[in-house]
Amino acid sequence: MATVKDFKNDVKPNWCPGCGDFSVQSAIQRAAANIGLEPEQLAIVSGIGCSGRISGYIRAYGFHGIHGRSLPIAQGVKVANKELTVIAAGGDGDGFAIGIAHTIHAIRRNIDMTYIVMDNQIYGLTKGQTSPRSDLGFVTKSTPKGSVESPLSIMEMALSAGATFVAQGFSSDIKELTEIIQAGINHKGFSLINVFSPCVTYNKINTYEWFRSGLVKTSKIDNYNPTDRNQAMQEIMKHKGLLTGVIYHDQDRKCYRELIPHLDKKSLKELELKISEDEFNGLIKEFM
Amino acid sequence: MVKQLSWKVGGQQGEGIESTGEIFAIALNRLGYYLYGYRHFSSRIKGGHTNNKIRVSTENIQAISDDLDILVAFDQETIDFNFHELSDCGFVLADTKFNPSIPTDSSVTLLAVPFTDLATDVGALVMKNMVAVGASSALLGLDNSIFKEVITEIFGRKGQNIIDKNMQAIQAGYDFVEGKLKDVSNIKRLDPADGNNRMFMIGNDAIALGAVAAGCKFMAAYPITPASEIMEYLIKKLPQFGGTVIQTEDEIAACTMAIGANYAGVRTITASAGPGLSLMMEAIGLAGITETPVVIVNTQRGGPSTGLPTKQEQSDLMAMIYGTHGEIPKVVIAPSNSEEAFYDTVEAFNISEIYQCPVILLTDLQLSLGKQTVEKLDYNKISINRGKIIDEVTEANLSKGGYFKRYEVTPDGVSPRVFPGTKDGLHHVTGVEHDETGKPSENPTNRDEQMDKRLRKLDGLRITNAVIKDEPYQDADVLLVGFNSTYGVIKEARERLEADGIKVNQAHIRQVHPFPSDEVDTMINSANKVLVIENNATGQLANIIKMNTGQNRKITSVLKYDGNPFIPKEIYNRCKGLL
Repeated sequence: MATVKDFKNDVKPNWCPGCGDFSVQSAIQRAAANIGLEPEQLAIVSGIGCSGRISGYIRAYGFHGIHGRSLPIAQGVKVANKELTVIAAGGDGDGFAIGIAHTIHAIRRNIDMTYIVMDNQIYGLTKGQTSPRSDLGFVTKSTPKGSVESPLSIMEMALSAGATFVAQGFSSDIKELTEIIQAGINHKGFSLINVFSPCVTYNKINTYEWFRSGLVKTSKIDNYNPTDRNQAMQEIMKHKGLLTGVIYHDQDRKCYRELIPHLDKKSLKELELKISEDEFNGLIKEFM
Repeated sequence: MVKQLSWKVGGQQGEGIESTGEIFAIALNRLGYYLYGYRHFSSRIKGGHTNNKIRVSTENIQAISDDLDILVAFDQETIDFNFHELSDCGFVLADTKFNPSIPTDSSVTLLAVPFTDLATDVGALVMKNMVAVGASSALLGLDNSIFKEVITEIFGRKGQNIIDKNMQAIQAGYDFVEGKLKDVSNIKRLDPADGNNRMFMIGNDAIALGAVAAGCKFMAAYPITPASEIMEYLIKKLPQFGGTVIQTEDEIAACTMAIGANYAGVRTITASAGPGLSLMMEAIGLAGITETPVVIVNTQRGGPSTGLPTKQEQSDLMAMIYGTHGEIPKVVIAPSNSEEAFYDTVEAFNISEIYQCPVILLTDLQLSLGKQTVEKLDYNKISINRGKIIDEVTEANLSKGGYFKRYEVTPDGVSPRVFPGTKDGLHHVTGVEHDETGKPSENPTNRDEQMDKRLRKLDGLRITNAVIKDEPYQDADVLLVGFNSTYGVIKEARERLEADGIKVNQAHIRQVHPFPSDEVDTMINSANKVLVIENNATGQLANIIKMNTGQNRKITSVLKYDGNPFIPKEIYNRCKGLL
């Protein structure tokens, strides 16, 4: 059986020392090993940005796509081969700016896969511009007088869109993050995991320290019930989104392929390509 | 008796104009006539003039006719809008209800038929279309029994009563017109057809059927005119073969999802028109550099932007050849009729997998939506070739670090491919320039090797019949060149020019990229003059030919971009004027 080591490769990440993304890399590797996956059973599809490089930093099948489009690529992979464990990953610019439409529709579609967003509230690779997750008044290269566009409350949005699994993690707490990712992978449906993954180079506001003093674990909230959508929404609003843990989990809704029974039986990849002559004749008769 | 004639039905959009044409045409097709249809419609659901023109012939024709023999009109607007097309001995069959009138100085015969009243007598106003079918049938002297099986197939589910009423409506229209014909001379009657069984389909049907035959199991697409029929057909048919269709949130998702599924080993298609293709451009580059097969259909319509969304144009050629930033291997195939569209779709899937690159199957609106007769498609001509796919990875496939060399530099440029899930096949795929294992690399030597390897994959590639060569003359006065749906109409113009004593060769380019330069160059050399006929305003194909062959002086463009397809006499007159 594969161990954490089997999910590590010899590629040295080009992330800055202290970058939150190292923890996400590590948590994915641990979660995969804990679940008992073999590296060839895991496909990681990523977007563009610092975090998008993650598909090359884990020993698995990796697909580094184009900016904002990791989700449709990943959904294509999963539809083609339901036996694969598919993880899409990228940054907050990737998932919540250029790719927000895909995020919402992937939530609606509820294909059985996991989406991990490394949320640092800033554009790092392009050297420090505002992101849809930046707070009002946040000063960046592109907002020298402070951001005047309100940040997107991604947890509220996910619940509104009908998400069946919503969680948040923090790069400082690899143990919790690993558990969340495991739960996300095990969830039969689309799981959205937003990770507070600080950018130590360009974000001097939302630092490790800032998150440590502000984040609240759902497990520490009295009588928190992650299957209660109403409560989830209330607590997200109450804590301005600064929650970690599994925030909402709908275990009843069927995932995409369960609603189209023949897809649940056999992976498209395993189907015979050539149709029979009888089948062909049946098809052409309709045009005669 | 005549070999061919043209029939058109017109009225307000949403009135069943299409089904009238459909039933009439299917019946004629079953009798063994060759048909070629053209739909005039607007970008709205109900209202606005729409018409369906069908050319009927005992020979294989692939063009709209110059004129019209029978016009079936449900309103005066139809007469006013289309009257100029009618030939001198043409007929107008019009509903008595709107008091139809035609210009008094015309030799056209107007037969007012109580479509509405006869339908109401039978029991349903909606059947006025069937009355019109019967009236047309009487004018052509057809045997009405042919409609019975068509009606039974179309309305069978609705019960015998509906079938009977439709047949009564057809008979009522037939009897009425037959009664009137005693007083009419100059009736054109068609030669009998050969009775052979052929297919009748639009280009989009042929592509969708081709995809099923090619083993495509997944489509990701976003609705758009004139491509949606491909998606609609596959939504109906793919589940039967274990596959599925996802209607995505946009064309970017459609193309990237198709790339994801192809990467994972499933033949997947997407289809759109100009606006959608514009959105897909970045993804096409991704398929190019990651060497992921994907088949993308572009059904050209009038551009730019929203342009003329329901009209004919061929103005995406340059965008299809050069679209996406950077340089990638890409194949652009342009069938000229529905039959080719079927076989080309199968070939497009094979090429995309053999060469591991995006293939654009280019059509135009007239090909995608114009319904035409197709000789029965041949199962034995379908072959599936998936190229260099390996199921079991050996030591030779691996790098020192144990990664699969997905982008191994090989003499033909094509590297072995494994699908995710394959043991020991781990590798990385990225749109960043990469080394043999897919690891990002900015090393200049590696860059050269990888770029060269990708681009040499298509060296010498020729699809089946890359160029249709009708080349009877070594020293032709003129070579006529086109692509996509114009083959038939150019051919008719050519035959008329030849009848005038002009020596004409014809080339129709089916592989528009990589361009078959040698073949076209040779054909240009055997002609005195070259006329490139295309539905765009800037002469895109002419420019591609000039660029690839270096032949400039002989080439003149014949262009049309008003939204309507060419008719033979237009090409004939304009070419004649240029010779």
